[in-house]
Amino acid sequence: MTDDNSAPAVTLSNVEKHFGSFQALRSVNLDVARGERIVICGPSGSGKSTLIRCINQLEQHEAGEIRVNGREVGSEPAQLEAIRREVGMVFQSFNLFPHLTILENCALAPIWVKKLPKADAEAKAMALLERVRIPDQAHKRPGQLSGGQQQRVAIARALCMEPSIMLFDEPTSALDPEMVKEVLDVMLGLADDGMTMLVVTHEMGFARQAANRVIFMDQGEILESAPPDQFFANPQHERTKTFLGQILH
Amino acid sequence: MISTSSLSRKMNPLPFLARSFGSPINILITVVFAGILFFALPPLVRWAITDAAFFPAIPETCKSASGACWSFVIAKHSQILFGIYPDGERWRPLLVCALLIGMLIYSVRPSAWSKRLAWVWAGGLGLSWWLMGGGIGLANVESDLWGGLPVTLILTVVAIGLGFPTAILLALARRSKLPVIRLLATLFIEMTRALPLLSILFIASIMLPLMLPEEILPDKFFRALIALYLFASAYLSEVIRGGLQAIPKGQFEAGEAIGLSFAQLQAKIILPQAINVVIPALTNTIIVMIKNTSLVLVVGLFDLISSGKAALADPEWSSPSIETYLFITLIYFILCFGFSRFADRMEQRAKAPVK
Ligand SMILES: Nc1ncnc2c1ncn2[C@@H]1O[C@H](COP(=O)(O)OP(=O)(O)OP(=O)(O)O)[C@@H](O)[C@H]1O
Ligand SMILES: [Mg+2]
Repeated sequence: MTDDNSAPAVTLSNVEKHFGSFQALRSVNLDVARGERIVICGPSGSGKSTLIRCINQLEQHEAGEIRVNGREVGSEPAQLEAIRREVGMVFQSFNLFPHLTILENCALAPIWVKKLPKADAEAKAMALLERVRIPDQAHKRPGQLSGGQQQRVAIARALCMEPSIMLFDEPTSALDPEMVKEVLDVMLGLADDGMTMLVVTHEMGFARQAANRVIFMDQGEILESAPPDQFFANPQHERTKTFLGQILH
Repeated sequence: MISTSSLSRKMNPLPFLARSFGSPINILITVVFAGILFFALPPLVRWAITDAAFFPAIPETCKSASGACWSFVIAKHSQILFGIYPDGERWRPLLVCALLIGMLIYSVRPSAWSKRLAWVWAGGLGLSWWLMGGGIGLANVESDLWGGLPVTLILTVVAIGLGFPTAILLALARRSKLPVIRLLATLFIEMTRALPLLSILFIASIMLPLMLPEEILPDKFFRALIALYLFASAYLSEVIRGGLQAIPKGQFEAGEAIGLSFAQLQAKIILPQAINVVIPALTNTIIVMIKNTSLVLVVGLFDLISSGKAALADPEWSSPSIETYLFITLIYFILCFGFSRFADRMEQRAKAPVK
């Protein structure tokens, strides 16, 4: 199977996931168009992380079908390799490789996965570090950077693989308030460039500014899905209202 | 030493004095040790240097001296170092020792770590084998006649050099999701660890000949080498597994998410960090292994200690065993201390913020 240029970026149909006897995803359906930016919110434990982690197969779904650019996602080695070239991910806790320099963190996958010559990979990494505005830190180790800087490096590291889709799992919730903006600015820049993005976040400002759609999850289900104006002004479900009441004060 | 109070901190300009006399307990310890040194040092110096016999290196020199008999070590150094290796051929084990030590020192620099290094070692070990055993232009010397320092070095370097990569594979296998692989690795590690090295050596050298036909039976040296290798693999693998367990799940996920394969993930992300975590424990295990090689004497191989013992059997001399064992101790000390300095540098390198 090859990429289908007319297919949506991501489709989930009736996706189910259990952890032991606990059901984390209940028949989830979702279509994400190319270039679309989706913000996913919902209470803790509602399955937001599980949902996006199924897309790049850090978690394996048990039932239903996931397609990325028309190609079915699964746990076969060839499938895994294909998805991970298409999909980049940014984690809440950055997960930079502490034993490597910033530059090495970014150039690693281009060198080993894409087999780029080292000089090309490093040039690419430098270009992306400039884009996230930390080229001067390239030769430091992650431990010497602030949280906001580390998260920007993590974004650059994911972008180095030239993914067509980016997943963000609460990228700013481990950051001190004054660093949230610098990371959101980088994400807004990506949105402007037309990147397909699925972002789990409670930063409703980002949702208003950048999202095409906001999704509310509860107990493993997508309860509500609407453009941000509508989502915030006129939520349909009682639980969505309660949740919004809590996070918007 | 016992750390005390603000007193020693206030006296910071004189840290040594402050630590030595900073509190009643420290004063006591300092006085006791000074006393011991005062009484023990002069006789030691007299025995080891002023009253000792050096040259000429013949038995008579020792008879007239009341101190240490270094003449013996000087006269017999070649036999202690090379055991019963034929006299005229001793330049060969000497060359092997120089080669192995040279390669070790060369390999210590991280800048030398590359694929080429593996070839250097394969070539170096092949060359050592030829030099020791002969053939193609050199007189044959059966491994029964090998002895002393080259035996200790070859056993250590090969057992640990092959044991280390094997240990990594075993540690990964023991954490594998595949039950059969996990079970086999666990079984091997637990059985090897449950047996004393002595019994593994006995099994390899006494039981194997009973079980295997003569033609395919490896010689005594090889059998001991295999026993040491298996032992080293099992112990090192548990140390490495400890390091693997210390690596947070996020590191695996981040590596997978950028598309690294299992082997790349382990080689580039997980193992380098896991090994950095356990450098002190690895050092400990490797130093124990260096010294463990001396146990091969029970299966009739002449390592450094047994060849020293053999040299002492010469009736011409008055068997100065303390001097001989001090000489051997010095060699072991250089090997182990050298390794521990290397490990220390690796640890500093791992901690350093920038390469
Ligand atoms: N590896 C796992 N093993 C067992 N249970 C898990 C595992 N991962 C997640 N869960 C459970 O699945 C449910 C959904 O988890 P998930 O991490 O997707 O929630 P979330 O919406 O991202 O929550 P949060 O806002 O706290 O990150 C939770 O109840 C969680 O306890
Ligand atoms: Mg989550």
